[in-house]
Amino acid sequence: MKNFEDMMNPHFTQKHLLGIEGLKEANITALLNLAEEKIEQSRQDIKKTDSLKGRTLINLFFESSTRTQASFELAGKRLGADVMNMAVAHSSVKKGETLIDTAATLNAMRPDVLVIRHSAAGAVELLAQKVNCAVINAGDGRHEHPTQALLDALTIRRNKGRIARLTVAICGDILHSRVARSNIILLNIMGARVRLIAPPTLLPAGAAEMGCEVYHDMKQGLKGVDIVMMLRLQTERMQGAFIPSTREYYHFYGLDEEKLNYANDDALVMHPGPMNRGVEIDSVVADSARSLIREQVEMGVAVRMAVLEALSNNWLSSAKEAK
Amino acid sequence: MDMQIYYNARLIDPVNLTDEIGGCVVQAGKILAIGKHIDANYATDGIKIDVEGHILAPGLVDMRVFLQGVGNQTLKNIGKTAVAGGVTSLLSMPNSDPVIEDIALVEYINGRSKAISGINLHVSAAITKKLEGLELAEIGLLKKAGAIAFTDGRKGIQNSLLFRRLLDYSTCHDALIIHDVEDQSLAGDGVMNEGLFASRLGLPSKPKIAETIMLDRDLSLVAFTGARYHVAQISCAESVASVRRAKNDHVKITAGVSINNLTLNEFDIGEYRSFLHLEPPLRSEQDRLAMVEGIKNGDIDVIVSSHDPQDADGKRHPFADSAVGAVGLETTLSAALRLYHNEEISLPALWRVLSYNPAQILGLDVGCLHIGKAADFIIVDPNYSWKVERSALFSKHTNTPFENRVLQGKVLATYVDGQQVFKLEM
Repeated sequence: MKNFEDMMNPHFTQKHLLGIEGLKEANITALLNLAEEKIEQSRQDIKKTDSLKGRTLINLFFESSTRTQASFELAGKRLGADVMNMAVAHSSVKKGETLIDTAATLNAMRPDVLVIRHSAAGAVELLAQKVNCAVINAGDGRHEHPTQALLDALTIRRNKGRIARLTVAICGDILHSRVARSNIILLNIMGARVRLIAPPTLLPAGAAEMGCEVYHDMKQGLKGVDIVMMLRLQTERMQGAFIPSTREYYHFYGLDEEKLNYANDDALVMHPGPMNRGVEIDSVVADSARSLIREQVEMGVAVRMAVLEALSNNWLSSAKEAK
Repeated sequence: MDMQIYYNARLIDPVNLTDEIGGCVVQAGKILAIGKHIDANYATDGIKIDVEGHILAPGLVDMRVFLQGVGNQTLKNIGKTAVAGGVTSLLSMPNSDPVIEDIALVEYINGRSKAISGINLHVSAAITKKLEGLELAEIGLLKKAGAIAFTDGRKGIQNSLLFRRLLDYSTCHDALIIHDVEDQSLAGDGVMNEGLFASRLGLPSKPKIAETIMLDRDLSLVAFTGARYHVAQISCAESVASVRRAKNDHVKITAGVSINNLTLNEFDIGEYRSFLHLEPPLRSEQDRLAMVEGIKNGDIDVIVSSHDPQDADGKRHPFADSAVGAVGLETTLSAALRLYHNEEISLPALWRVLSYNPAQILGLDVGCLHIGKAADFIIVDPNYSWKVERSALFSKHTNTPFENRVLQGKVLATYVDGQQVFKLEM
């Protein structure tokens, strides 16, 4: 049963955001509510506040990223933090430094928030244990990408008014997708019905036990769906091994108007980007009025501002308690 | 067109496993009526044909026929060859030149094959690109284009990960995978069955485990993935045992055997006869008997001709260097009837593995002569003895392992959609 107090006064008390796993509905609602305020802030002429003034945010990306890194950077700057980007992919890690040594080095720089992306699942959690600051997982291997799930949730909530009882189809390369994992967990926590639509070669083992209905056919799977979430197909490593060709993939799993017509009339389309037009999604659909793809980017900044602020405040209050 | 009444026929029903004298009424290419109640007095009108007590049975469905190309001459010759052997439906293998792995090619063949060949020529397409065993072929699109099964023909998929993904992927298109099982690393450059006889001949040989190891791998993967799977040809007793075990464990698989492994053994190679250079290799007599036993008790579902024409030049080499394969469309039924003459199997049971089962596996609405089905049938004299002479074969290439053998049983006439497409010149 839901905690009444949680419902009336949702709050987010975590010290890190390492994944959606382990969060409660109240935690997520609190972050989404805070993010709503940040949307308003970002739409002002003067977008900057000083809530994180004097704090240091380090973006530590072991895997290259443009969008997520820019989104975090912007979020930090809008809150008045000092933001530093470390593209570790090209630095000391290449010279053989272990992850723990990197953590020790970073600790010495006394950051307040670390935003970390790493190609290995669990690497962000390992670093979080070794540093004295808030850590945000910006994607670890195939494991989780929590801020993406939160921004997707915010986008859905703003367009549909709720998340609970909606039917959301996640389509495409679920096997390799941390976005899918975080979304599956979040949507289940929030009471949505989740469907996975993919060829068997692109589904993780135990998909059906993750609280999802599994489909291999887009037309069947999209029936009665409110939200269609498409995933990026990493074409370079797919062809021949997981799917025969992008041509065949597009034919059976690419979202075009014909397939989208099987979903509810007011169904909306999402994609975490960057898109492969003509592979997983047709341009007409991607650019249509039913597409939320651009809005997702805006929500991304707002959600990251909310997460940064909430975590900084949680650290501040825990530091006070410690004194 | 007038109704045709075939009476005084020995009707073979592979579904109900009956063998009785009766008749069959054909109209507009379909079976209008069939059974023992039909005789010369069945109706006052229509054309009446006395079958003279010969067998009237469904046309054969051959699941393994290699084409040497897809041109009109090839399709025409395959059709003529097939009907002479009583085959009215066949599945072509993709190992042609060009490889059948292209949507347009499948549509091209399907669009004209019946008009040119005169039979139901169905297409299987490659499961891996260029039959290289490295990358998945476009199974979904090829199935939509009309390929009814997927196989790399003579080649087995060596990489277990790829094969697992392939089976996984095939399930979402409900595609039938037909697989040739041979572990290349174990088979090496072997050209015949490993054993004393190969040692005496001094020929490189391949062991039975080259077959069973891959078969057992496949059966585990099929149980795991739930794919539609048919093992193209098994050749040894151990493989029959593996298939039986899987079936007992309720793994949905089917198995085939080539007419060669069912009726010949390694000793038939004799003095390096290259027409008996076959794939899988001819095994021991004990293995052959296991094949017969497998057919009798239902472990093996299908007999195939494995018709694989090779021109004379390819066979005019020392055994190990000669081209692999044999023609079989014209001799499969006659050779298989040996099982009947040896009282090892009844005629309805034999037709089950020659027509009904393959049709079922391939999802074709043929293979039995029930009311409303296409009138694809053959008239056979099971006691007609004939000597296999290469010059008398219709096949363009005549690399038959039954050369100069006397077989008992011959197709007298073949009908497709009620039309006579072959009549034996007496």
